[in-house]
Amino acid sequence: MVGSADHSRREFLAAGFGVLLSVDPAIRRSAQDSVVAADPSGKLYSPEWAGRSRQPVTAGDNDAAIQAIEKQLKCTCGCSLDVYTCRTTDFTCTVSPQMHQQVLTLAAAGSSADAIIAEFVREHGVVILMAPPKRGFNLAGYFFPSLVILIAGALLVLVMRRWVRRSPPAPLSAEPADATPGNSAELERLRRELQRTEA
Amino acid sequence: MTLLGSLALWVAFLFGLWGALTGFLGGRRERGDLIASSRHAVYAMCGALFVAVVALEVALFRHDFNVEYVAAYTSRNMPVFYNWSALYAGQKGSLLFWAAVLALFGALAQALTARRHRVYLPYVGAITCVVAVFFVSVMLFGHANPFARLPYTPIDGNGLNPQLQNPGMVFHPPMLYLGYISITIPFAFAMAALLSKRLDADWLVAIRKWTLLSWLFLSIGICLGMWWAYVELGWGGYWAWDPVENASFLPWLTMTAFLHSVMVQEKRGMLKKWNLALIIGSWLLSIFGTFITRSGVISSVHSFTQSNVGYFFLVFLIVSAIVSFWVYATRLPLLQAEATLESMVSREASFLFNNLLLVGIAFSVLWGTLFPILSELVSGTKVTVGPPFFNQVNIPLGLGLLAVTGIGPLIAWRRSSGANLRRQFAVPAAAGGLTLLALLAAGMREFYPLVAIALGALVSATITQEFVRGVAARHRQYGEGWPLAFGRLIARNRRRYGGYIVHAGIVILFISFTGMAFKTETEATLRPGETATLKSPYGWTYSFTHQGVSQYAALNRQVTAATVAVARDGRRIGLMTTEKRQHVDAVGRPTFQPSTEVGIRSDLREDLYIVLAGVVDGTEQTVFRFTINPLVWWVWFGGLIVALGGLVVMWPGGGAPAVRREQAGYAVKLVAKDAG
Repeated sequence: MVGSADHSRREFLAAGFGVLLSVDPAIRRSAQDSVVAADPSGKLYSPEWAGRSRQPVTAGDNDAAIQAIEKQLKCTCGCSLDVYTCRTTDFTCTVSPQMHQQVLTLAAAGSSADAIIAEFVREHGVVILMAPPKRGFNLAGYFFPSLVILIAGALLVLVMRRWVRRSPPAPLSAEPADATPGNSAELERLRRELQRTEA
Repeated sequence: MTLLGSLALWVAFLFGLWGALTGFLGGRRERGDLIASSRHAVYAMCGALFVAVVALEVALFRHDFNVEYVAAYTSRNMPVFYNWSALYAGQKGSLLFWAAVLALFGALAQALTARRHRVYLPYVGAITCVVAVFFVSVMLFGHANPFARLPYTPIDGNGLNPQLQNPGMVFHPPMLYLGYISITIPFAFAMAALLSKRLDADWLVAIRKWTLLSWLFLSIGICLGMWWAYVELGWGGYWAWDPVENASFLPWLTMTAFLHSVMVQEKRGMLKKWNLALIIGSWLLSIFGTFITRSGVISSVHSFTQSNVGYFFLVFLIVSAIVSFWVYATRLPLLQAEATLESMVSREASFLFNNLLLVGIAFSVLWGTLFPILSELVSGTKVTVGPPFFNQVNIPLGLGLLAVTGIGPLIAWRRSSGANLRRQFAVPAAAGGLTLLALLAAGMREFYPLVAIALGALVSATITQEFVRGVAARHRQYGEGWPLAFGRLIARNRRRYGGYIVHAGIVILFISFTGMAFKTETEATLRPGETATLKSPYGWTYSFTHQGVSQYAALNRQVTAATVAVARDGRRIGLMTTEKRQHVDAVGRPTFQPSTEVGIRSDLREDLYIVLAGVVDGTEQTVFRFTINPLVWWVWFGGLIVALGGLVVMWPGGGAPAVRREQAGYAVKLVAKDAG
């Protein structure tokens, strides 16, 4: 900045940055409508607008162990989500709440997580699992991509080594291959490069 | 109008056939009259398909419910805004949209590159026509005509699926389609180069620009899709490894590989075969994605209704793959490298490893997507391949790719000496190592997030180092002020520094993805005045106090809204609303199951995400799901940076003719001349 400015550019930028930092970072605030929809009896005027009636949440619904089991099981409603995600997302689905209840019942009866999952597999087959079990052909499913990439990588290294061996001695290029700005030779190279770029 | 639309489809079909025939013949016999006729046929086909699009839009906006497609996807009380997006909301309309946009791209390729790529244009026109004719054929002969009429006229239409009535769906599908569709043009140039046997550097320039355009559209489309899934679907995430999501990711990966490996061909005249294979593969993957989305062969929440058009796509995919790779195989002897690799420690080698990882990830995603079918064929057992499988296989590969993103730019072309490596790697390696130590000291123990953030620091340091050195050099050389030097550095080297901007966006994305590892959530049933609490990964305690439920009717829906007052560590930060929406038609009949509108409060650190699950026994006692998603804002910001970098890279100009010649593959010859 030239002349009689009251603030230097640095001060100006600092002030701008300070203002930026002081801004409340909220990007979006939801609006709200405070009109109460319930009549004096406490019922909503149009309960059907709110979809299927829900049961109050129980401790089991928030149980991390139950959720972990449900995240391994696929909802059979056709949504391709796991039971936990489906029951907490698609509130029109009637299948995932039933599967959730079944998990809770089995857990309450003392079944372990593995036993609960085994029970579902016995009922529905392995298709009920969000990821195939690591045995038999499915094992190939897990390891085949990594194996292919490893083999491809090994082949690539072999091919690259062959290419390097075949490569003729490097010609004396006008430009050094590895140069870092800072020394005079690099500055000269940079000058040439900039001139060529802007020609 | 529908008669006009159907007629326009037939006209487009015939012009497309003519354009394909004259294009191939004209190109082969080098006859100017046939070539001109082919070009005109591409323009005419484009015009006819746009007449069809206008005819369908007129039917949609005029609520001509006698047209089956209009009745299925619009209603009288739907916001006008969404009549436009109804064009591609259904199978039939989206086929028309696809064909029209492809014809437009084909016409643009003919018009914009008429002089520069004259040799290839007849074949480009012919191939564009073949692909467009296929899409029109599906509409005409595959029971997918969007102008088909009903034997009666309903009072009102069904309306658009509530989840599609979101601004994201107005922009996300067109962007994704533009990405998918525009891949046909680089593919057409690649095939034109193979068919004409003109495999010099010229085709590469055309292909690179079109591929960049496709890549940019696809990147924006994928990010918009993630945003739509996050704000609309209500499950609290943005990527679920769904087959349709995977289908869009596959060509993006192979195109990204191409955009890296093409630099090796430009600089050194190497990897010609590989680059052509990547372009052909990318196009085939885009058709594969279309097949997945439209066939119903793999279950997905995003796919169109199952229909017989899947068979059309399967046959087209197989025939296209056979023909493309047969032509490719016959031209392999013409695709010899002009130089060879000089060192294992070189930029060329790093690009090869980058390609290995990108194509490897594409393969593993494809493998996972198809594995349910494969498993059933081989072992007779149906299996599900969900996020746990994809995460297990792809996260390590993705981190490997992130590492290469940081390492590659530090290695010199042709060969790097030990001194060079030490100089180049000192700062980035230190940044990565120190970040890792700092995170460990701060108590972070989650392996993948640790590695991702440390590698992110390494890549960020690499990018910063490149910018700092470039700006410093300009500052020293020309005495430019730092901001001017920075601006000119990018403006004069758009490809290189635009690429670094893309890398910066990718780093932001990777780091923001790690936020999901720290997601916390809880469900609660609250009466008005009751409060639920949830601990944030940052250590704060959020309290959510239910304020009450309100109900009102809007344009095409009946809304039940629950309002929640939110406080962080006791300090009130605002009100949030989440809704249940029952969509209705013009006479008040419910059209779909009630849908959920999520309440989101987003800041730079974390998102508060509230879902109204339902009410208990028709009272104000409400079931909520409260979720805290860290770093989600950065996902959108990272996507924006990637798109910005892509725009910088593809912005026209930016280099003198000498540089463009070098970019076109003459660098090796210049070096050889210098040496001689």
